[in-house]
Amino acid sequence: MTSMSDLVLKIKGLGKSFAGVKALDGVDLEVGRGEFVCLVGPDGAGKTTLIRLICGLEQADRGEIEYFGRQQKKLGSKERVRLGYLSQYFSLYEDLTVEENLDFFSRLYGQARNQELVERLLEFTRMTPFRQRQAGKLSGGMKQKLALACTLVHQPDLLLLDEPTTGVDPVSRRDFWQILFNLQLQGKAILMSTPYLDEAERASRVALIHQGRLLAFETPDNLKKQFAGRVFELITSDPQSWYKRLKSQAVFLDLQLFGDRLHLVVRPEVQVSEIAEFLINQGVKVEHLEEVPPGLENVFIFLINKSGGQN
Amino acid sequence: MGTVRIKPVIQKELLHIRRDPLSLVLLLVLPVFILVLYGYALNFDVKHLSLAVVDLDNSQSSRELVARLTSGEYFDLKYRPEKVSDLDELFDHEKIKIALVLPENFGRDLVSGRGPAVQILLDGTNPTPAQTGLGYLSNILMQYSTNLNLELLNRFGLNKITMPFAVRTRVWYNPELKSSKFLVPGLMAFVLMVIIVLATSLTIVREIEKKTMDQLLLSPLTPAELVVGKIIPYLGLSLIGAVVVLLAGWLLFGVAVKGNYLLLLLVVVIFLFCGLSQGLLISTVASSQLVAFLLSGISTLLPTFILSGFVFPIRNMPPVIQGISGIIPARYFLVCLRAIILKGVGLKAFYREMIFMTAYGLVITFLSLAKLKKSFFR
Repeated sequence: MTSMSDLVLKIKGLGKSFAGVKALDGVDLEVGRGEFVCLVGPDGAGKTTLIRLICGLEQADRGEIEYFGRQQKKLGSKERVRLGYLSQYFSLYEDLTVEENLDFFSRLYGQARNQELVERLLEFTRMTPFRQRQAGKLSGGMKQKLALACTLVHQPDLLLLDEPTTGVDPVSRRDFWQILFNLQLQGKAILMSTPYLDEAERASRVALIHQGRLLAFETPDNLKKQFAGRVFELITSDPQSWYKRLKSQAVFLDLQLFGDRLHLVVRPEVQVSEIAEFLINQGVKVEHLEEVPPGLENVFIFLINKSGGQN
Repeated sequence: MGTVRIKPVIQKELLHIRRDPLSLVLLLVLPVFILVLYGYALNFDVKHLSLAVVDLDNSQSSRELVARLTSGEYFDLKYRPEKVSDLDELFDHEKIKIALVLPENFGRDLVSGRGPAVQILLDGTNPTPAQTGLGYLSNILMQYSTNLNLELLNRFGLNKITMPFAVRTRVWYNPELKSSKFLVPGLMAFVLMVIIVLATSLTIVREIEKKTMDQLLLSPLTPAELVVGKIIPYLGLSLIGAVVVLLAGWLLFGVAVKGNYLLLLLVVVIFLFCGLSQGLLISTVASSQLVAFLLSGISTLLPTFILSGFVFPIRNMPPVIQGISGIIPARYFLVCLRAIILKGVGLKAFYREMIFMTAYGLVITFLSLAKLKKSFFR
């Protein structure tokens, strides 16, 4: 789907263990220019490890990473400066002001004090009014925007963002996304991990990682097409105990619990009346039953359950 | 190593220091505080010893002798008990440190040339003041006794009689034998070492703890640039701290610099470099700021206090301990410092010590660089 020259990142068979525990187990992935790839998966799936390996902050046990179409054993300094990394933790100087942080990082990248660039980034991230504020005194969303601005000072071609929107309020999150889309339009490649699937819906491609393995790597639409089944939403009293009791029934390809409701996944040919009948025979007090379009969440839980993992 | 990236690191460090007033206090105020505390508390001068005299004679001669004892500032005549047995209680309750017993008929025996004996009793629990006090007291008594002899001979018309030879003592470098002159340079070494190692030991481990290190690792910054950028601001600040300590030593304890100021500056800079490199090494090894804090305390407090020759002479230590003291930079710094401040001698007397300190600083810096490079692995 992308030509070789446009390939920004290509990963083959990447593996990494920590103290004998496999964090990543043979992951293949590629990101093209102007592409926005979302990395999703449960906690501990290996998302952070993958990103840190790409940044060169950890070294892989096996596998290869190709940066910008050039294969090399180690991340070279020429390639490194084309990466922008935003860690899961706030990794700026809290006692320095917004402007001082930006200034410091831009000068680390050899740019002599570049006031114009700093101004532009402040403007771009809508941080100009807070330029004199110490980074530690910013709100969570603003901290992330500042961190993003700091990773942009050297104009990287590939952005590696590790859960940048976790713990950020919805308004700032939308802001953040707007900034990312603008970057994508500028042709930057973005690889971002997120626990929010509504974010993944907007990505060019979605990579699902589970227990260190890549379960799927597709566009959101293709992923949903792969999903062979219909989803019915059931509202009933005590969904938890019904979840346990109905789980083993062969009628259901999959059963998913979403808070106070159950999602019943069935084969495409199954009709709603059949389900209703079955449920009533089982003794379920059906309050509401309706077919819903499959969301990424359905797809992922389906895929994860299919792969044999718990979660 | 590009100098371009050292400057932003220095400026960033200065901002950290400015925003954290505690580190400024640590570097500039605490040294003087410790200097004052130790400078007054650590005092080996023996003066105003409490003295009791049991004068069983109470003659003109005995009173004259007692007057002679108390004319100086060494002894304070506190008690004059009537019986020797009364002294027990005075010693037991630490009311006196030293006592003199003059026997009955002291004066008469003196005149008749029968050579009466006087008794000195002293509290030996703390040997140093006991010995010094004994020395002072015997000296005064001997002098008195000799003078009496001469007087006697003079009376018989033998006024040309003098002693076979005279002793003229001259104490060099510290004529009043004040212990503060000896201790203050050592105290400077101690204070500077502790403070500097402490301040620098936190710098790199803080970057790791606050996760800012990742961003530095991804930037083109090299380990050497990071280390130099972190050393320079602390070197500048601790140099100011050193000047403040020197000033305080001069104003409070009268320890003036006799030697060359430039030489002193050079020695101080080299020593600070040792301390900074030690702090940096700790910072690269420690897993958290707390560990760094403890490590710097352990590696500076005791060694510079005990093994540097600050208080206890190194040559009296067993060979193994002497060997260990050989790798304590403060030991060499002290030799230089005492030489410049107290003696005013030149480079020739301590160039070896300077070479050692420089080597120490370089080796330790190299080690921390090697350790840092490992974590940079790129």
